[in-house]
Amino acid sequence: MIRLAFATILLACSALGHTAGFDYKLAANEVRPGVFVVSGVNDDLTFENGGNILNTGFIVTGDGVVVIDAGPSRLYGEQLVALIGQTTDEPIVRVYITHHHPDHFFGLQAFDGVEHAALPQTINDLRLLAEGYSDNMYRLIGNAMLGTEIVLPTLAASAGTLEIGSRKLELLALSGHTESDLAIFDTTSGVLFAGDLVFHARAATTPHADIEGWQASLKTLDSLGFEVLVPGHGPVSENNAPIVETASYLDWLSGTLASAADAGLSPAEVMFIPVDARFRNLAVVTNEFQRSVVHLYQALEAALLPATETQ
Amino acid sequence: MKLIRTIAAAALLTAASSNAYAVLSVKDPLNSPAWSYMAREYFADDTVSFSDLVKVAAAPHAEDSMNVPVMVDATALDDVQEILVFADLNPIPTVLRFYPHSMEPKIGFGLKLQQGSPIRAAVKTADGQWHVGGTWVNAAGGGCTAPSVGSGHSDWASRLGETSGRFFAGNNDEGRMKFKVMHPMDTGLADGIPAFFIERIEVKDASGDEVGVIMPFEPVAENPVFTVNTPGDGPVSVSGRDNNGNRFKAEFAR
Ligand SMILES: [Zn+2]
Repeated sequence: MIRLAFATILLACSALGHTAGFDYKLAANEVRPGVFVVSGVNDDLTFENGGNILNTGFIVTGDGVVVIDAGPSRLYGEQLVALIGQTTDEPIVRVYITHHHPDHFFGLQAFDGVEHAALPQTINDLRLLAEGYSDNMYRLIGNAMLGTEIVLPTLAASAGTLEIGSRKLELLALSGHTESDLAIFDTTSGVLFAGDLVFHARAATTPHADIEGWQASLKTLDSLGFEVLVPGHGPVSENNAPIVETASYLDWLSGTLASAADAGLSPAEVMFIPVDARFRNLAVVTNEFQRSVVHLYQALEAALLPATETQ
Repeated sequence: MKLIRTIAAAALLTAASSNAYAVLSVKDPLNSPAWSYMAREYFADDTVSFSDLVKVAAAPHAEDSMNVPVMVDATALDDVQEILVFADLNPIPTVLRFYPHSMEPKIGFGLKLQQGSPIRAAVKTADGQWHVGGTWVNAAGGGCTAPSVGSGHSDWASRLGETSGRFFAGNNDEGRMKFKVMHPMDTGLADGIPAFFIERIEVKDASGDEVGVIMPFEPVAENPVFTVNTPGDGPVSVSGRDNNGNRFKAEFAR
């Protein structure tokens, strides 16, 4: 309903001649020869940022361009395609979607005639969740979603080495941020695209998190011997600081929630526990912590409420 | 609701009820378009004031509009008789009434929000005055007209009324107790699903004396978890019923 209302208003606007769509002002940063990162801002999803709060990337392989994540909307996808066209003459051959969150995949619509790949579990989850995501994104980023339709990845990716052109890409099937998180390590250049398993200078999001599994995945990523680390959100790094930061935040988060549950705090009380000083400089940490209480606390609470004989 | 509406109508007819008029002249700190209507509905002739002593803790953004965690704390007031929780802009504004008797005037639970709304607690003290605190929560919508997930599950009927809970000695509050009741808490606003909700929960001490009563309404979240403080000694029992007459009861040792 909300989506239709927006679409109608926006169509009316374009009929009046205001045809300029949301301009993401995308720029490609070449972190290693032929490996590019397109960075968004470290924020919540807003009308102002149009959902450009993440890092996408692309790798020029010598035998076509491999794209990592498609962004939050059709317009983002189109502008990313255009940016790639300005950067290289090679055609785009494949887009990998790292996981099922909406800011990472709605741009797929713009990648026509290209393979759309994701881990099988991600494809399954998107079948169930995409419709709801669409409604939410229209509500959260407004204008920038104009004309966005659901296009799902169809090619099932699997873990292993992908040799393409001059590159050897290592695909890692991990989990923890969601049930299936794809990380892509370009062993040729040493650039690791970590997806949302790694956040940098921004609090991690947890709507589908399994923190234990997430920590295990972070250990795997940390052991890869990368030279450049591209987090799902936040600045690119030449060392493992973002992995350490994400791991310690998650550790604090799970420890805080567990001891709150032990003490019998209500969820609303937990939401107002002050964020540890080590993490107060992370972007949107208060909002994310409160969201995490909603995502994770209920199960901890329920586990501590023993079923009583009903009389 | 019906009773409240009747009272409100009477108040309007007498028109000059000076206290209701007085509260309407005080600016609502949450600036809600519905405040004056709420004030007439709920308080009629009673004296009402906004008070910082009534604390309503809720996150400013509802991550899950089907279950918005709220904690009301009126322990800064003496002689609390009743805590009324309502959300001005919900299709069903009344969320819960809590009569704490000898329990602490403090209660945590989750509620469903249809849209962004003030969430308020009005606390009635022994002198008959209402003290109102609140906070604004923004919501994605859908909380009240979406059927509760529970009723979509095939096994909800077999778990209906299943009650679990315990005391938490490690809490800073004396007598901290939490309990959960399996119940769909259907609002009646979703197509084809009639209102079906827990309407009364009595909390009793070891000698069977009532120490507090919670009256949830339709907007309380499904399978509700209540966090309360019941100081004292010995086990505590909770017993309740829903609007269809189903009963539940459980006892928790300290
Ligand atoms: Zn994500």
